[in-house]
Amino acid sequence: MKKMIARDLVIVGGGPAGLAAALTAYEAGVKDILLLERDQYLGGILNQCIHPGFGLQYFKEELTGPQYAERFIEKIMGIKEIEISLKSLVVHLTKKKELTYIKPGTMQTVAAKTLIMGTGCRERTREMIRIPGTRPAGIFPAGLAQKLINIEGLLPGREVVIIGSGDIGLIMARRFTLEGAHVKAVIEIQKESRGLIRNVAQCLDDFNLPLYLQHKILKIHGKDRVEKVTVAEVDDEFQEISGTRFELACDTVLVSVGLIPENELIEMAGVVMDEKTNTPESGELNTTSIPGLWVCGNAYKIYDVVDGVTRDSAQAGKLAAEYLRNLP
Amino acid sequence: MNLQDVIIIGGGVIGAAMARELSRYNLKIALLEKEAELAFGISKSNSGIIHPGTQNPPFSLKGRLCVQGNQLMRGLARELGVDFKEVGELIVIFQEKEKARLFSIQQEAEALGVSGLQIVDRLWLKQHEPNLSPDIVAALYAPTAGIISPYRLVYGLAENAMKNGVGIYTSHKVTAIIRSADYFEIQSTGGIFRSRYLINAAGLWGDKIANMVGIQDMVIKPRKGEEYLLDKKREHLTNHLIFPLPTPTSKGIIVIKTSDGNPMIGPTAQDCEDKEDLATTDQGLNQVLASARKLVPAISRRDIIAYFAGLRAVAGDDFIIRHENQCPGLINVVGIQSPGLTAAPAIALMVVEILRQQGLGLQPKPCFCKHREPFTHLFALPLAKVNKVIQQNAAYGDIVCRCEMISAQEIREAVKQGARTLDGIKFRTRAQAGRCHGGFCTTRIMKIMAEELNLPFSEITKRGPGSEIIKTTRGNEKNDSA
Repeated sequence: MKKMIARDLVIVGGGPAGLAAALTAYEAGVKDILLLERDQYLGGILNQCIHPGFGLQYFKEELTGPQYAERFIEKIMGIKEIEISLKSLVVHLTKKKELTYIKPGTMQTVAAKTLIMGTGCRERTREMIRIPGTRPAGIFPAGLAQKLINIEGLLPGREVVIIGSGDIGLIMARRFTLEGAHVKAVIEIQKESRGLIRNVAQCLDDFNLPLYLQHKILKIHGKDRVEKVTVAEVDDEFQEISGTRFELACDTVLVSVGLIPENELIEMAGVVMDEKTNTPESGELNTTSIPGLWVCGNAYKIYDVVDGVTRDSAQAGKLAAEYLRNLP
Repeated sequence: MNLQDVIIIGGGVIGAAMARELSRYNLKIALLEKEAELAFGISKSNSGIIHPGTQNPPFSLKGRLCVQGNQLMRGLARELGVDFKEVGELIVIFQEKEKARLFSIQQEAEALGVSGLQIVDRLWLKQHEPNLSPDIVAALYAPTAGIISPYRLVYGLAENAMKNGVGIYTSHKVTAIIRSADYFEIQSTGGIFRSRYLINAAGLWGDKIANMVGIQDMVIKPRKGEEYLLDKKREHLTNHLIFPLPTPTSKGIIVIKTSDGNPMIGPTAQDCEDKEDLATTDQGLNQVLASARKLVPAISRRDIIAYFAGLRAVAGDDFIIRHENQCPGLINVVGIQSPGLTAAPAIALMVVEILRQQGLGLQPKPCFCKHREPFTHLFALPLAKVNKVIQQNAAYGDIVCRCEMISAQEIREAVKQGARTLDGIKFRTRAQAGRCHGGFCTTRIMKIMAEELNLPFSEITKRGPGSEIIKTTRGNEKNDSA
């Protein structure tokens, strides 16, 4: 058995959380950092967020997602003490912070003296909100539709109904409209939109897109491709109000009903979890039940704007530096 | 004229098992499937349980074939390199007075030849199945029950049949059949075929095929079953398959272990009219969840990551497997509901025997190859083995589906083995089957498919024509990097 390589700091995730943590840890004196990113580029989900609205708090100017990411990536690339490993997926993590990752051609195990998890989040799916009906093509998590349009240049639908008025849903309503698709409705079960006020104004109102508050989708229809949805108004207990049912013909249903922190690795390592939120039980910001292991960014809690991710994740970098200094 | 000896209509597990069994002999065989890929009908929603043979009426055809199929499945899975696990099952009761029913199930099963049955008590259950409801007082333990991936079994059978010379034709929907003096002429959306013998394994549409050759009195009714899949994190929720006492129409809502690791709960049993009604319902979910929680209270709504509905093909109480004297050369293999997957290898043997009786010459092929190269699934390997696989082929370290740890190489292998749709990729590899449901990996899979099949993105479908993912393509259609 080969001797396991030890690293001062391992950061899992090269999105805004991991990037901020890496930079501040370096600035606070950590000179041996391994940054693992599962995708083929740094920047995480910012890469597909080509709309403006990023950086207003942190940089006091308005940037797109890729521009925001670029500011950090440029800095990181210039620091030789931060080793970046792309296409590297962590598949195993132990309580002792030994982690195993896979990348093309190799599998490595390293022992992290300190470990920061910036693993982000995933979208809640249609299955998680249990919408009855069939399972044809044309049902997309909103983020996947965003990736298809913005990264791949492919339009996944023409007649679109969006479930959920969170920020991704709102932004995709505008995105589809700009691409010439017809957004027929944004359906929101709550009394008000879950997204930022500016997004409701800029993404729906400016384009006259209808937002149906206190409505829900009862059923998705269609054999091969989505054909229509059944919608109804709901009361304060989210129960259908009889007599309010109607149908909307569409070929696409976008699901934008919230985000779930991705913390399966720390759960595997035995970190005490809050099952309801899929986040670590945590006293102070970014801390977990395992000493020397922090979680930051959307994996720690879901943030409204990336500026908050950057601010708080920087804190994780500082905590790691301090922890290393105090090691015997 | 290109005359086949045998044509099989239907590419589910029954059709594929017969094709593979018949490929041992010097015969010209073709299998026609209407869907874009095999196993896209009833088989894709199968629970994957290899039943021991309990819960079948004594002296029934399905009871006999189930017990025989259970025994045959082990060797077959080995030959085909498909994972089979003998996990055992427990049929549980909540009241002492129900013990009489367990005894009668045991007796009936023993009469059919099921071995190893044993009534186990509360103490045994506590030791061996700790998450079981404390209200359960006893169970009938059947150690020979097992689990297998239903679609990977179909693909394994079909691939091996193809290797041994069977022609497999997907997207070939049969539209008419003409019986002439010496052969059947089968018209399909992919062309005309002729065959001396015809096997009807068309599942839900078996009655329609039978009608085409003049058999009018066959009716196949769909019976819907909704299944709910749980997160892989709950893999060790139970150690066995957990059954309640059976009802007259079904084996009840079961807590199922699957080959993929995700536990599954279901299925419902609802008679319906529409043979394409694959919708899940609120009532179905509530029924499944309530019934499953009665058996294993630790199951939570939050554990559900996916659900689907399937249709059983019901033609009376038992399987119908027979040569039709009114239409010489036609063998109907219909009404194959549970335990059809288990019985499939035994059904195949039975049909071969019927063909022999009907005058088909069966000359064993000296070059028959019974083995199939197993598919490498990273998720099924211990990490040390994963390392070796990646060392040998770097592309196994290029992970596409992060939730289930599926590599680019596995996607490519699946395409090489015949996957043509996103669902086909999912069934073969599990990519898109995890907790993010393809949110992260769908585009990458589409790129690999486009590259391997030399297809534009606009032609990539979920499950065949009509289910395209992209509605309109803009800009550069063929992407040159994956």
